[in-house]
Amino acid sequence: MAEREQKKKQSPTRSDEVVEAVPAPTKQGEKLKAELDELLDDIDEVLEENAEDFVKGYVQKGGQ
Amino acid sequence: MAIRKVLGIETEYGIMLRGAESNPITVSSLLINAYVSSLARQAATGPKASATESGNKVGWDFEDESPGCDARGYAREGAMAPEVETHLINAVLTNGARYYVDHAHPEYSSPECADALEIVRWDKAGERILARSIEAAAEILPVGQEIVVYKNNSDRKGNSYGCHENYLMDRSVPFARIVAQVTPHFISRQIYTGAGKVGTESPAMTAERVPFQLTQRAEFFEEEVGLETTLKRPLVNTRDEPHSDSQKYRRLHVIVGDANLAEVSTFLKVGVTALVLAMIEDDDLRGLDLALAAPVPAHRAVSYDLSLAQPLELASGQSMTALEMQWELLDRGRKYAESRGLEAVGPEVGGALLDRWEAVLHALETDHMSLAGQLDWVAKYQMVAGYRDRHGLAWTDPKLAALDLQYHDVRPSRSLYEKCGLERLVTEESVVAAMTNPPTTTRAYFRGRCLQKWAGSISASNWDSLVFDLGSDPLRRVPMMEPLRGTAAHVDRLLQACETPSELFEALGST
Repeated sequence: MAEREQKKKQSPTRSDEVVEAVPAPTKQGEKLKAELDELLDDIDEVLEENAEDFVKGYVQKGGQ
Repeated sequence: MAIRKVLGIETEYGIMLRGAESNPITVSSLLINAYVSSLARQAATGPKASATESGNKVGWDFEDESPGCDARGYAREGAMAPEVETHLINAVLTNGARYYVDHAHPEYSSPECADALEIVRWDKAGERILARSIEAAAEILPVGQEIVVYKNNSDRKGNSYGCHENYLMDRSVPFARIVAQVTPHFISRQIYTGAGKVGTESPAMTAERVPFQLTQRAEFFEEEVGLETTLKRPLVNTRDEPHSDSQKYRRLHVIVGDANLAEVSTFLKVGVTALVLAMIEDDDLRGLDLALAAPVPAHRAVSYDLSLAQPLELASGQSMTALEMQWELLDRGRKYAESRGLEAVGPEVGGALLDRWEAVLHALETDHMSLAGQLDWVAKYQMVAGYRDRHGLAWTDPKLAALDLQYHDVRPSRSLYEKCGLERLVTEESVVAAMTNPPTTTRAYFRGRCLQKWAGSISASNWDSLVFDLGSDPLRRVPMMEPLRGTAAHVDRLLQACETPSELFEALGST
């Protein structure tokens, strides 16, 4: 465990990322949110009608 | 040195016929028959199709099947008669895969692959084959009936079906060492292999306590080690059926994983496990004591812990999170790469595997939602939680369960996995090619090319043999007991030089 903690602190990639991460999150966060919104807009178009029956009717027996 | 990890992955798909009452075995047979028949039609009419697609039905050879043999050194007489019904459809495809009905499900068993990226490609090809089968079946079924297929592992009502991984190992490695050292990996790897599930199927749990969990399968495991695959499922399965030279090899049959759609999840699931097994084979995990105090409950605890922060009690008295266990294994993996190289997992992908493993662990530690474009459970969680927020739904709303199921729909137009747009590791073009062409790097190459060329003369096929019917002579069996022989490098010239199977036997006999 101690070795891992040490490794993490020493790792140059990790400390670089911490420094760069400061201005990035908002922009990336906005982009991700826009993508998620788009996905959620699309879902209703392809979602099975009558979710309750769909879920209830899905029964699988005899599997490994 | 650890032997090359020859790999395979078998997936039982969920199946349903809409618009009529039906028996799942009949529907599965119809689905596979429809696919095989469509290949036959294509071969008869399509331009150049006969060169790559074979519609001839080649039967499976059951001679060497022995699912009742136990890796702990005994066979269970009669307790596990082969559960295969030979009248069921059982096809061997020109890509070297087996496509058949198993336990009331259509199952696709990939051809033997030589590294985790090949596994990703031929596993994804399986999804495309199922999707194509649905289209072929639609041409046969009456109007108003439709087959739907899901690549998942649970019907949300307590029934599970499997996705099994296979790893070639050196027979000389003590099985007890494998069990002791691979179990902590199986438990902790769930943080990147999970396919995600809305809610719980455990009678001991409630949706309030488990609104969402990392895996489809964790709740169905009740034992630490054992031979069963359909009840009292064990974390480490002891089926000892090497499908190769049993003096030299063992095939570790891993039943504990989820079926993944995310290519990164499949790549890490199979690639990292292959590396861990190579380290076990070389006894390089000696001294790393990750043994859990209670493996089966720990396995579920990891699946239930979306924070990835829950410490698990070790047999040593210490405790560690699943993530910390994976960091320890990664550390060993890096050292292994330096001291022994990555030949065992495929030198072409080994470096990328270590880098991806580290990057994913790092992201899991710092901001796991950033992996929504890479891992199944994160992608599904983001989608379901987002939908829930937008519509103000309870976690128990059937709409969320429907989203969960439909994530796994294999039809590209209906698949919510496709909608989520996860990272690809292989090109779609190479996946389409892998539907009909075998990997070049294992004996699957010989099997697949022979089927492309001479399906009409092959009377049966198996993982470790091909049986030819040359007409007048007795049936001729070609044993393939070495999974790494029969590659393109070995047999391509021979196969190109032979016009007929008789010529092949003449050439084989003379060498």
